[in-house]
Amino acid sequence: MADKIHLKMTVNGQPVETLAEPRELLIHVLRERLDITGPHIGCETTHCGACTVDLDGKSVKSCTVFAAQADGAEITTVEGIGSPDKLHVLQEMFREHHGLQCGFCTPGMITRAWRLLQENPTPSEEEIRFGMAGNLCRCTGYQNIVKAIMAAATEMNAAKEAAE
Amino acid sequence: MNDQTPPTREERTAALKGLGCARKRVEDARFTQGKGNYVDDVKLPAMLFGDFVRSPYGHARVKSIDASAALALPGVIAVLTAKDLEPLGLHWMPTLAGDKQMVLADGKVLFQGQEVAFVVAEDRYVAADAVELVEVEYEDLPVVTDPFKALEPNAPVLREDLQGQTEGAHGLRRHHNHIFLWEQGDKDGAEAAISEADVVAEERVYYHRTHPCPLETCGCVASMDKVNGKLTLWGTFQAPHVVRTVASLLSGIAEHNIRVISPDIGGGFGNKVGVYPGYVCSIVASIVTGRPVKWVEDRMDNLMTTAFARDYWMDGRIAATKDGKITGLSVHVTADHGAFDACADPTKFPAGFFHICTGSYDIPVAYVGVDGVYTNKAPGGVAYRCSFRVTEAAYLIERMIEILAQKLGMDAAELRAKNFIRKEQFPYHSALGWEYDSGDYHTAWDKALKAVDYDGLRAEQAERVVAFRRGETRKLLGIGLCHFTEIVGAGPVKNCDILGMGMFDSCEIRIHPTGSAIARLGTISQGQGHATTFAQILASETGIPADNITIEEGDTDTAPYGLGTYGSRSTPVAGAAAAMAARKIRAKAQMIAAYLLEVHEGDLEWDVDRFAVKGAPERFKTMTEIAYAAYHDAIPNIEPGLEAVSYYDPPNMTYPFGAYICVMEIDADTGEHEIRQFYALDDCGTRINPMVIEGQVHGGLTEAYAISMGQEIAYDEMGNVKTGTLMDFFLPTSWETPHYTTDFTETPSPHHPIGAKGVGESPNVGGVPAFSNAVHDAFRAFGLTQSHMPHDQWRIWKTAQDLGLHG
Repeated sequence: MADKIHLKMTVNGQPVETLAEPRELLIHVLRERLDITGPHIGCETTHCGACTVDLDGKSVKSCTVFAAQADGAEITTVEGIGSPDKLHVLQEMFREHHGLQCGFCTPGMITRAWRLLQENPTPSEEEIRFGMAGNLCRCTGYQNIVKAIMAAATEMNAAKEAAE
Repeated sequence: MNDQTPPTREERTAALKGLGCARKRVEDARFTQGKGNYVDDVKLPAMLFGDFVRSPYGHARVKSIDASAALALPGVIAVLTAKDLEPLGLHWMPTLAGDKQMVLADGKVLFQGQEVAFVVAEDRYVAADAVELVEVEYEDLPVVTDPFKALEPNAPVLREDLQGQTEGAHGLRRHHNHIFLWEQGDKDGAEAAISEADVVAEERVYYHRTHPCPLETCGCVASMDKVNGKLTLWGTFQAPHVVRTVASLLSGIAEHNIRVISPDIGGGFGNKVGVYPGYVCSIVASIVTGRPVKWVEDRMDNLMTTAFARDYWMDGRIAATKDGKITGLSVHVTADHGAFDACADPTKFPAGFFHICTGSYDIPVAYVGVDGVYTNKAPGGVAYRCSFRVTEAAYLIERMIEILAQKLGMDAAELRAKNFIRKEQFPYHSALGWEYDSGDYHTAWDKALKAVDYDGLRAEQAERVVAFRRGETRKLLGIGLCHFTEIVGAGPVKNCDILGMGMFDSCEIRIHPTGSAIARLGTISQGQGHATTFAQILASETGIPADNITIEEGDTDTAPYGLGTYGSRSTPVAGAAAAMAARKIRAKAQMIAAYLLEVHEGDLEWDVDRFAVKGAPERFKTMTEIAYAAYHDAIPNIEPGLEAVSYYDPPNMTYPFGAYICVMEIDADTGEHEIRQFYALDDCGTRINPMVIEGQVHGGLTEAYAISMGQEIAYDEMGNVKTGTLMDFFLPTSWETPHYTTDFTETPSPHHPIGAKGVGESPNVGGVPAFSNAVHDAFRAFGLTQSHMPHDQWRIWKTAQDLGLHG
């Protein structure tokens, strides 16, 4: 076992530091050392996207990133996207349009959709289906997830226009 | 309008958010914020991690296990083998199907991935290191992965423990790899119908091996508290109460000292019904170490070892008159059960409810025989998003109907309509022994055909074939039809049990003094939204708004005993228990209201959320007022409080049905497909929450799409699993998944208290034949009668190639 390394990162706006082995995966550090259990483990091979987090402005599957690679990074998980007092519109729309069932993929889905709508604030259905294809869901058949993301985009754009 | 105007009856009804309301889900707040609590989120002080050493061989003798290097690794606490479990009698465990299964390899291994040793360590990384350090010496043995070869006289003996045993849990074993022959119906009668028929269609239909693959794998945390003698077991259990009973029987720990908790479950689809070696080893490890032990499968473990589904070779013969009236059906199934018979079926039904295979049709005589066979594959045989073996049955009959139509030269939609059980025939007694409770198939079918413009599609298809033959297009058009009948809601205690536990279910309701409530049930949601929908049933029955009712499931210390959630049984059984318990509440509430209003009970009538005096609706007591009185007033001859419990033993199963149509474009040169349209009409009886129903249908159809178009657990001849990761095992993404149109008819169940039938599994049962029939239909004009699933790109291309379509 190699010596632990000292990691510093910003997670959901809060500076955090922890010791971890060089081989530890980011998902394990988040879940087990930092008690951030929103991101889940579904496959450990980068296929399912349940572990999706936002790392320095990009959606990544945290099951195949070493925590050491995230040293100094800015990370956002589903816990940082909204708060119980003020849900993010994506969280509201997933509920409104029944975009989730068992909830296991949902944190990754919302985290990915959150980045997708920053990359493309006015996506077509096809662009959403393509942009979300790295996140698997076994319950919903995606139709309502796509609908929820579309609705969130519309609301976010309306709010932005109203503000301008 | 004056603010004082009392709400109308309609307004009061709407305020309840009861039956029929597309109520938003109460579960979603925590799930969308990442605050669900799944088993891998359970974290206890001093918790250890367990991991398995697994067999790389499909069949081998275990010569020796040397754990010394693993035990020398810092952080490794223990390595358990069968030798350690044997003194406890836990090296083998009973299966749900009356067989037994090795917990850890006892002398030999019978499938790739089988559990050989259980490593317990301080964290999951050390456990993984230790797994690598356990030295196991194997001597490989001949492997059999084909059930037909397994039954050959000289086939290797797989289950040496059963050698010489000619009697199994379900009757005679006629070969050393034979498990049972299970028969239903009239064999001679069916033979006679077939030999006398004008037309007989005969085909071997294979429903391949696949896997439920929920996004969350199976796992548990076992915590033995040696101070107070209590074992707490958190786990991904679709049937927590049954797990408690089994854990008690196996471990010898008294049942009251075991608490089983199913927390949030990340999808089940049948994968989480069974009892797996990981649970047993975690419990033993916690008892041995005195520390909590967590075990969570990785995806490869999950796909290779816990709970495959299907793997049925179905030989069907269907007889008809020349004008298309079906006169008989005979089916023989060779069922590949893998190394241990661990099918999750009610005890008396080793082939589940496969004998629903007469489907939606009035077939006068039928016979089914199922031979269960051992092979060097993983055990399981669970109902992957279906009631026990119902999807196999629906696939068989819906393929046979298509093949018969082809043979008769008749339109397949017309052939179905000609043979449907008619509305006036319900309750209908099928030739294989079921009593279908209700149905109106013709209405559903006509609605479906009209919705897709069936005649127009057939005309377009005919034009397409002409154009294809002329070389003007390389694309074919398939119209996949399916009319399915399900059998769900197991089931009547008189003939349905799991390990001796009758398949009733339960609900306990407590009304609080201020008129809100908590209800607990014996089921457990895995995404179905029970906390939302069961509250809706209770709202309509008690007059308490659904928003004021908490639903709890999954903790055996608090919830009443129930058999769990699978086989679409939650609404038919626990939902009925909820309604019946609520009616007990209402009966007591009526007595209290009569006292408060100083009238006779018989002078009161129920009105949405209150009891009112007949003929004087202004004199009433709401359920809120009654609840307060129940706790506050000293009412003569009525004990305080307002609670009820109901254990519901359903008098019959329910029989949801549906009409699905899939329109598919197929490129003959590349084997690629595109779903142009998918129309799904479901009749699940009374509809509790249309939004949740639609979600269930979308999800089930997507699983059906996966199964029919690419998903499989494939083995090579050496017994290697070829599809053990999500790289090879097809789970559709949002990109491939088609768009669905849903529709419904509503034929309530006559025996269910609210007329509901269950819906979660219908789309998988009906979806697979619809997708598969579309592929077959595209090639029908070129003579294709049967090509096995999954219809992936290569297989479709091969079909076109074999039919000579590539020139």
